[in-house]
Amino acid sequence: MSAPGTFAPRPGAAPYASMVRTQAAMETRLLLRNGEQLLVAVVIPLIALIGGVVAANRLGIDLGGERAVDALTPGVLALAVMSTAFTSLAIATGFERRYGLLKRLGASPLPRSGLLLGKVGGLLVVQVVQWVVLGVAALLLGWSPHLGGVLLAVPCALLGTAAFASLALVVAGTLRAEATLAVANLVYLLLLAGGAVLLPRSSYGGASEVLVVLPSAALGDALRGAMLDGSPGFVPLLVLTAWALGAAALASRSFRWE
Amino acid sequence: MSRADLPTPDGGPAVVVEDLVMRYGGTTAVDGLSLEVPRGSITAVLGPNGAGKTTTLETCEGYRRPQSGRVRVLGLDPVRQRRELLPRVGVMLQAGGAWSGVRADEMLRHVAALHAHPLEVGMLVERLGLAECGRTPYRRLSGGQQQRLGLAMAVVGRPELLFVDEPTAGMDPAVRRTTWDLLHELQRDGVTTVLTTHYMEEAERLADLVHLVDRGRVVESGSPMQLVRGRGDATIRLVVTQPFPPGAPESLATALGHGTEVTPVDERSLVVTGPADASTLAVVSAWCERHGVVPESLTLGRMTLEDVFLALTGRGLAPVAAEPAA
Repeated sequence: MSAPGTFAPRPGAAPYASMVRTQAAMETRLLLRNGEQLLVAVVIPLIALIGGVVAANRLGIDLGGERAVDALTPGVLALAVMSTAFTSLAIATGFERRYGLLKRLGASPLPRSGLLLGKVGGLLVVQVVQWVVLGVAALLLGWSPHLGGVLLAVPCALLGTAAFASLALVVAGTLRAEATLAVANLVYLLLLAGGAVLLPRSSYGGASEVLVVLPSAALGDALRGAMLDGSPGFVPLLVLTAWALGAAALASRSFRWE
Repeated sequence: MSRADLPTPDGGPAVVVEDLVMRYGGTTAVDGLSLEVPRGSITAVLGPNGAGKTTTLETCEGYRRPQSGRVRVLGLDPVRQRRELLPRVGVMLQAGGAWSGVRADEMLRHVAALHAHPLEVGMLVERLGLAECGRTPYRRLSGGQQQRLGLAMAVVGRPELLFVDEPTAGMDPAVRRTTWDLLHELQRDGVTTVLTTHYMEEAERLADLVHLVDRGRVVESGSPMQLVRGRGDATIRLVVTQPFPPGAPESLATALGHGTEVTPVDERSLVVTGPADASTLAVVSAWCERHGVVPESLTLGRMTLEDVFLALTGRGLAPVAAEPAA
């Protein structure tokens, strides 16, 4: 038995900014909590980076005349963006739907815009962690990027995040959680292998011109362009913008909260 | 101007539902349902599964737009004025409502942080026995633990009005009593509660006002006492070993005469309501003997809400499978 007045009504929403911070902090914690997510977010890109650099140096693979670590790091950073904005976000959101979390938060003081901002915040924090870890590893391997190129890569990565996150919401908002899990991982693996994200399109031979429309190739090209040549190029940015707008429109129409 | 248009000053109803109709595909979930919830009350919406309770509640919570009819909650339109309404209400869903990998106390702290003046989380954790959940992720909590967390999440924001959907489903009896105590304390402190349930005991113990709902409509409303008293004082339950012969209820009703009502529950049990007493019991017993029917149990008891519901709808509250079949 509690003292009278303990439960006396005193309703009210927390300030908007504080709700968004709370939501972003929780999203971040949950994204980093489970092992598979960390594997996809950090371990696989790290293996791709170290393995790629070692293999290229040992086997003397020519990467457009660039040093292996300089040629590979932008693609690895692009892969990291894709893994979090697409795979992790889709899986997490799919299970949020399944467990009624989205429905329950729909009855909380947090508006949908705040929920979305919280998700974006969580994504960005995880991506910063990824880029720091991968960037340090690349530097240890001898990476020497132009500072200007790295700064230019940041808005490209944000555009890529918008495109992949919108695609993640299309998948997670329409399919069942298990199907989302399967699709998110499968698409990630397919794009990793054949999506021109890690390696430049030129290494795919005749398919190069077809791959130009893929968001994975566009993000990889943009980051390589920015970090190697100091310019992301017009076409990759156009492709990413088209994917971001198209997928966002589709997600806002098709997303089912329950 | 209908009642639902009127502003609701303090003391006016917390919830007004008028002629609500909700259809999904070919089925009509809610079929012209009207009810009121007085401020400060614990009001139960009692009915069997599929009666339209959850749909009604979710319409009050603003999840669904009324297809026809009107809903006002704390004087507000729950769809158009949802942002204004939501901080003032606490919602407990029938199931789920948390991240699959979140810990119970972590989830509760999260919901608390979305409110301006939340309750102390530690106190709620202790009151609802959530400490036992420890570091277990939500998806591995028992049904009862998930229910208790759901209730804690509904009250932590210090709402004026609480919507709880089947709050004690899946709880063991001791925890159910703890939950009832908590809901009574919330009422003592001025919180209005609307709960759906198909446990008549829950409605009898908790509610000031009961709306009996069947097939999407309110069939009767009143305090548990009023509902029971309006239908005679007592009830006789007869359960027999073999299925009744055809026409048994009618034949028994004739034997009992005026003022009593015979309602079949299933093929092996029935309920007699009305001014039943020991002599009525003797009549039933004699009727059994005459018709070669062997009673498994024959009991005289106080009328319950279950009996009222049965008399009104000809059907029980519990799913038929809950009754032991032959």
